[in-house]
Amino acid sequence: MSTIKHKKPLHKRVVIVLAHVFLAVLAAIWLLPILWVALTSFRQTQGSYCSTFFPTSYSVRNYVKLFTDFSVFNFPQMLLNTLLVAVANCLISTFFVVAVAYAFSRMRFKSRKRLMSVSMIINLFPGFMSMIACYYIFKMLGWTNGPMLRVALIAVYAGGAGMGYHIAKGYFDTISLSLDEAAMLDGATKSQVLTKIIMPLSKPIVVYTLLTSFAGPFKDFMLAKVLCGPNKDYYTVAVGMYQMLEKEYIDEWFCSFAAAAVIISIPIAALFLFTQKYYSVSTSGAVKG
Amino acid sequence: MDKLTDTTPRPIQQEPITCRAALRGGSVAVKLSVLIGGLGCLVRGQLVKGALYLAAELFLLAYMAQSGLTNLSRLVTLGEMEQQKIWNEATSMFEYIDGDRSLVILLYGIVTVAFVLALVLLMRLSLKSAYLAELYARRGMKAPGIVQDVRELLDQRLHISLLSLPILGVLTFTVLPLVFMSCMAFTNYSILDNKLVLFDWVGLDNFRRVFNLGGSLGKTFWSVLGWTLSWAVIATASNYFLGMLLSLLINWKEIRIKKFWRFCFVLTVAVPHFVTLLIIRQMLQPNGAVNVALQNMGLIDAALPFFTDVTWSRVTVILINIWVSVPYVLLQLTGILQNIPAELYESARVDGAGPLVTFAKITLPYMLFVTMPYLITSFTGNINNFNVIFLTSQGLPRAVESTAGSTDLLITWLYKLTIDNQYYDIGAVIGILTFAALSVVSLVTFRFSGSYKNEEGFQ
Repeated sequence: MSTIKHKKPLHKRVVIVLAHVFLAVLAAIWLLPILWVALTSFRQTQGSYCSTFFPTSYSVRNYVKLFTDFSVFNFPQMLLNTLLVAVANCLISTFFVVAVAYAFSRMRFKSRKRLMSVSMIINLFPGFMSMIACYYIFKMLGWTNGPMLRVALIAVYAGGAGMGYHIAKGYFDTISLSLDEAAMLDGATKSQVLTKIIMPLSKPIVVYTLLTSFAGPFKDFMLAKVLCGPNKDYYTVAVGMYQMLEKEYIDEWFCSFAAAAVIISIPIAALFLFTQKYYSVSTSGAVKG
Repeated sequence: MDKLTDTTPRPIQQEPITCRAALRGGSVAVKLSVLIGGLGCLVRGQLVKGALYLAAELFLLAYMAQSGLTNLSRLVTLGEMEQQKIWNEATSMFEYIDGDRSLVILLYGIVTVAFVLALVLLMRLSLKSAYLAELYARRGMKAPGIVQDVRELLDQRLHISLLSLPILGVLTFTVLPLVFMSCMAFTNYSILDNKLVLFDWVGLDNFRRVFNLGGSLGKTFWSVLGWTLSWAVIATASNYFLGMLLSLLINWKEIRIKKFWRFCFVLTVAVPHFVTLLIIRQMLQPNGAVNVALQNMGLIDAALPFFTDVTWSRVTVILINIWVSVPYVLLQLTGILQNIPAELYESARVDGAGPLVTFAKITLPYMLFVTMPYLITSFTGNINNFNVIFLTSQGLPRAVESTAGSTDLLITWLYKLTIDNQYYDIGAVIGILTFAALSVVSLVTFRFSGSYKNEEGFQ
């Protein structure tokens, strides 16, 4: 009698089991493509077609090919290109974001509201539109060929970064103003407040901004595709991998594409999992303006 | 708090430092500062500041004289001279003389307009600082020197130092290109009639062509617009509700190993989108993994037309979008859901409300209120969702006579019009119209939600 009292009624237990089964099915659907690409990257047979869903024999030759066969695609070069752009982008973007967020969060000046509204309006333009125009501008400057292409990529990635200030501003807004006031009573200037008080207290958000802007060029496809055009030497990883799936290369390169996908995804996924706790900040930050 | 360290003397703080006040109340030197930059500052002993104003003005004027004025005048016609071939008697060869290139003329024209605006701004600043310096002098005080000015830039006026570089970046790499592209909407820059080198202003002709339901272009536009809007509504709503339901399910107190389930879904967000999207496209090809698996199991005879049939393709991209975005929504909503005050649920339970009623009367209204800004961003994000379409269906299937496929959004159509087909004029029109559609939606919802106004509630 007493044991039954503690147990839940039968129908409730059935519901709970069903809920777990349902979750398991959903998780399987969501994980299946990732599992598939991970296994395909080790597939021994070449080509995009495979007569079974999962491969039947495995080897590491697809990975070896990425780092040894430079006849069509130079994967290490692509990694290096992306890395260079990513490092520059992450430094400039973070500086811009922190500067703008601090100015909007802590300073009160005449054009503040207006600047914030303007940035909201500019954000409504399809980003792709300015991208195409940037392409023409760089083409006229002769930056779409040769090493200047990297400068062009960095310029477009980092140039508008200041408009992504919302998350950092939301974070700065939560730091108590009395800290600033105390420091200024002691004679600190506003720039000292920024470097000595706000920045140390906002380490998480600074790290978050650094990491997300570093990951940006690894994830972006559109801009790099438009700017790079046929310049294979300056392809970023995303553009190069897209090319591997073109009709003329897919048979030979499909499995290496899968290998490249695994190589790229592991560090980016690690970065993401590391920074994910800040994602909920972004929504609550938006609520506060 | 601002008064704590403000070094400007109080009487001067109360004076209005505007251009109008300066022109009305300033001396001759102040008034002349509109024409000769920094004159007022130089007179009052602010030598470095005055010299900087003057140098900047001279630089801008020199540019205007050297090439600026020509650039502006050529903006009117966008160039008329075609490339010419002239027989040279001396060398007995044809020589080519470069013609005008409208695109270059347009760009230089816009840059020059930006310089003119900068000049106007500079002269306003010069006038204001001259007036300020004079106000100091009238009260028998010494106007702040360059050292003090720089110190101010690191303190009370830090926002100027902080914002100038980011704003310059946005102006150069976002605003200037947008203006440039928008201008193309009013020209006939297109491969049609061979207008790629020399083109002209055509006013609103392109807009008329796009809106005209009778023409083939108009038909395409209205059908793409219709699909874009329904896509954005369906995609946003399905992601939001499915994400919320999933989040509620995992939050349910009876579910074990919550962290593991969340991790399963979050892992798919962690992998770069372009990778997962390209993989899914590959899996859904006629001879891709999914069709092969289904055929091996004997469930289907012929390959499923994932990207070749209109309805199949549209449903497929929506499902793919759910796959891509629901984990992201899950991530964003979990924290907010956990923050719903527990006593709300408690009182609902006491009143005998079932799970459905609780969801409809408590969870949903609360979530809609808190996440309205997120919903707007996600709606605009879906209108501009280039990757999900371009990397999976590529807009297919496409009718032969049309430039847009039946899953093309305005943004992917814009790509095809400009990059693939070189109809730059129409592409620019589509860009502007996308912006218009987004502004209307966002403005209406923002007014409606009102959470934008309540900014400093937290401090």
